[in-house]
Amino acid sequence: MELLTNQILAGIATGAIYACMALAVVMIYQAIDHLNFAQGEMAMFSTFMAWQMMQWGLNYWEAFVLTVVISFAGGILIERLLFKPLAKAPILTNVAGFIALFAIVNSCAGLIWDFTIKQFPTPFGSSPFLGSQLISTHQAGMIGVTLGLLLLLFFFFRFTRIGLAMRAAAALPESARLVGINTSWMIALGWGMAAAIGSIAGMLIAPVVFLEPNMMGGVLIYGFAAAVLGGLTSPFGAVVGGFLVGIFENLAGTYIPGVGNELKLPIALALIIIVLVVKPAGLFGRPIVKRV
Amino acid sequence: MTAMLNVKDLRAYYGQVQALHGLEFGLNEGSLTTLLGANGAGKTTTLRAICSMVRSTGSIEFEGAPLLGRSTENIVRLGIAHVPQGRGTFTTMTVEENLQLGAITRKDSAGIVSDIERMYDHFPVLKQRHTQQAGTLSGGEQQMLAVARALMLRPRLMLLDEPSFGLAPLIVRDLFRILGKINREDKVTILVVEQNAQLALELADKAYVIETGRIVMSGNAAEIANNEDVRKSYLGY
Repeated sequence: MELLTNQILAGIATGAIYACMALAVVMIYQAIDHLNFAQGEMAMFSTFMAWQMMQWGLNYWEAFVLTVVISFAGGILIERLLFKPLAKAPILTNVAGFIALFAIVNSCAGLIWDFTIKQFPTPFGSSPFLGSQLISTHQAGMIGVTLGLLLLLFFFFRFTRIGLAMRAAAALPESARLVGINTSWMIALGWGMAAAIGSIAGMLIAPVVFLEPNMMGGVLIYGFAAAVLGGLTSPFGAVVGGFLVGIFENLAGTYIPGVGNELKLPIALALIIIVLVVKPAGLFGRPIVKRV
Repeated sequence: MTAMLNVKDLRAYYGQVQALHGLEFGLNEGSLTTLLGANGAGKTTTLRAICSMVRSTGSIEFEGAPLLGRSTENIVRLGIAHVPQGRGTFTTMTVEENLQLGAITRKDSAGIVSDIERMYDHFPVLKQRHTQQAGTLSGGEQQMLAVARALMLRPRLMLLDEPSFGLAPLIVRDLFRILGKINREDKVTILVVEQNAQLALELADKAYVIETGRIVMSGNAAEIANNEDVRKSYLGY
């Protein structure tokens, strides 16, 4: 029994990473209806920028805030330059665009900062959290930040006019234009927000997995799995999905013989497929009621 | 009196296919005009051309300002509300959120709040259902919501595309009564596209008949309603 609770606790701790990443995935999916394969690389690049700023002598929180702001602007810039021209292109063209962006960002990071791993600091410390050996203060802080972000997003989309406009633009672009919403800028804003959330995810993940250009490879797949499990249309679902994937991964590694560490990643992929087959809208994806 | 909306030599295209062939018409301020015609005559295309939702050439002027070349959202911001075919309801959002979206370009939050109350007076059923997901409303209720959403813009001109489509006759009567009231009391100029010619002619004061992308007849609604030839050849009743 104690093993079970311990594994669940550890699962929640790793789940926080996936939840954070899934939140960024859902943001971009809401805005453009596609999964952005380069999301993880963008987050990694942001994290390197934060690291560089700290090397230049800024303290953690200065670098943190600056990185979030620059990432937000960078996300908008990428949308304007790369993906706005592709807005009417077929989906495969967009996918090719994402893959190109993935490769470009990854190589640029390698070129600028090389491929050796770097230490990234944590503002929360890394001592045991409340005396538990399984959750460190950093992981607890990460869970807190993820939940805080979720709450902020909830209020933004539910209670602000710009949030309402973004939801409308994502749901029905033509109707949104007919009430006077500039849908093209709403998409750009979605990119900016996804990049900003991604940068926060990157900075929180880096102390755990170490900073290097390929740090996000596995994490992004888990983030996708979490987003699909929770429902790609629901930020809340993405976070719950993240924690569930974390717990599931740990329990499978412990209790299913032969799984171990090597097979954890295929389990995440299998989870994506199972969810898509059994419940394509995900656990919390909103079923659309339609009457004619 | 110069017209509020002036359309000259309007041609519209879907890819290679030309849907409008040099349409000319005008709307006077405060008027309630109907555009009649058979399926595929170009009624919907005309409304879409006004809101820049289809590639078109020619000239459309609204209160002297040219509309061609502007984006849809900028045309809406000039005070032109468009209730599209199929109503364009944001089905996953609540009734009240739909109304707020109608006013999304406005900055006067107090005015928006009081306008939402005014809409609930016009359409009491929307008040009963204001927290409900709009997709759960009946067709008639959704059409009321679409009209109310358009009015939240405080438009100077309202374009309606087949508001009677798929609705029970009693509900259509009710809706048209409200449209007449909005036209008279709120001084909103209205252009309504209809296949239900009889009802539209009762409501409107001016009518145009369109056939294969051209205006073939125009005049007072009463005249057109009483002209048997027109009725038989174009309106089919």
